[in-house]
Amino acid sequence: MRNIKAIYSKEMKYYFNSPMAYIFLVIFAIVNGYFFTNTFFLFNQSNMRALFNIVPLVYLFFIPAVTMGLIAREKNVGTIEIIHTMPIRDSEFVLGKFLASFSLILIGLLITLIHFFTLMNVGLNIDYGAVFTGYLGLALVGAVYAAVGTYSSSITDNQVVAFIIGLFIILVFFLMDKLLIFVPISLAGIVQYLSVEYHFSNISRGVVDSRNLIYFFSVIGFFLMMTIRTVEMRKWR
Amino acid sequence: MIKIKNLSKYYGDVKAVKNINFTVNDGEILGFLGANGAGKTTTLKVITGFLMPTKGNVYVNDLNIVEHPQKIQRQIGYLAELNPLYYEMIVYDFLKFTAQIREIEGKAFKTAISRVIDQCGLKGVVHRKISDCSKGYKQRIGLAAAMIHDPAILLLDEPVTGLDPNQIVEIRELIKELGKEKLVMISSHILQEIQATVDRIVIIHKGEIVADGTSQELMSGFVGNTRLTLEVHDVTEESLQTFDATNPAVNIAQVETLGDNHRVLHLEYVKEKDPRTEIFKYAVENNWVITEMSPHRIELENVFRSLTSEGGRNA
Repeated sequence: MRNIKAIYSKEMKYYFNSPMAYIFLVIFAIVNGYFFTNTFFLFNQSNMRALFNIVPLVYLFFIPAVTMGLIAREKNVGTIEIIHTMPIRDSEFVLGKFLASFSLILIGLLITLIHFFTLMNVGLNIDYGAVFTGYLGLALVGAVYAAVGTYSSSITDNQVVAFIIGLFIILVFFLMDKLLIFVPISLAGIVQYLSVEYHFSNISRGVVDSRNLIYFFSVIGFFLMMTIRTVEMRKWR
Repeated sequence: MIKIKNLSKYYGDVKAVKNINFTVNDGEILGFLGANGAGKTTTLKVITGFLMPTKGNVYVNDLNIVEHPQKIQRQIGYLAELNPLYYEMIVYDFLKFTAQIREIEGKAFKTAISRVIDQCGLKGVVHRKISDCSKGYKQRIGLAAAMIHDPAILLLDEPVTGLDPNQIVEIRELIKELGKEKLVMISSHILQEIQATVDRIVIIHKGEIVADGTSQELMSGFVGNTRLTLEVHDVTEESLQTFDATNPAVNIAQVETLGDNHRVLHLEYVKEKDPRTEIFKYAVENNWVITEMSPHRIELENVFRSLTSEGGRNA
């Protein structure tokens, strides 16, 4: 736990001592704010569906950018040698990195709460439960994408390559639900179940089903496990 | 104690280290010498647990690196060859980070950081960004991070590369001081760097250990030719030819003529067959006047070059 904390703090300092975190947070807030307010007054409805629809799309580009350097940068500049010659387990290293990127995403989500407060002031009959589960869903989707990004960062020492691989895997998860018409009927159920969008839409409607939670935690666990294995494999190459 | 047993490390088809064996004892400063690409860094990386062995094993205080990497890493301080550092961090924060991983916090951290700042001369740069420090300071920061937990074993991969002569002397003194109570293993391809500091030398060449011993032992085991410079007067061409014919053990490598029958002879002979007495007697018999007779001592440099040159293995 101590090592996870040390890695986490180091990574958070890296984010906030460089322009990266600020650029991410400001642009994330502007893009989401624009798409949310664009239709908010037009539809004249007291819900945040517009925000919950746009954030996963914004994640698609922003999360690989946040995570691309997590491990790839350490490999590229050689600091991985500092880490792997100190008594740190690979799992602690990976978890510390993942949690730091996830925290940055959560901070980004916290900033979007400004729209919720706007809604509270101007809206009527707000479904607070749906808003809460919507945010829960966004956090879980963010965690899945952060885990994917952490994994893609572990398989290369080139940050651009890590970004492209991360973007591609996230895109696959993102589009699965939308491309169901091209999938044979026999596979449609499986593909739909694997889709992030399918589980997110359930949660954002206010239904927190254990199947959805199991899905999210399984995918996060799967990619983090893959990352740990990839990091371990380096020693045996 | 570090025990390396039948260690091999391959990178795909490239055999970086081939079945090497040696032991480093506590309180010993070991110089690990070899040309670039000989396998020094790979060996150190396996000892630190950064790489795992392909065959064989490394034991640190009887712990196996494959089974107990973390336990071993707790006992080791390591300065890597390229000295990777988090350039964006402040020196203090970097040392704090390494101390946190080493489970040194609170009062113990304060004591540890003042110790390494003092030992490595970092006082002026503690609150500076690492990227703004000079190369010499960066090297010291790496060393400070390796020593923050006061490890019993210190592995230094090319520790003085890039330092100026004054810094080299300072680091050497520091290593000597540390070697009084710690096991220190220094890898280098610069012989002088090693010779001045270490108790024992292990030479690696193309992934194999080719020599192991003190510098005296290595030099005594050297079977290359010894050179002798002889400055003589009244040397006729005829007496020189007779000398060459009657002393088959001595090879006249070069003759410099400085004046009328005044010559400097560069002779070579096998170390075990020292011909100086015979040369002196011959000189007396032929009325040569010797003004200089100076054998060239075998330098460790000769041993190293002989052992690590292509096809040469003389010890």
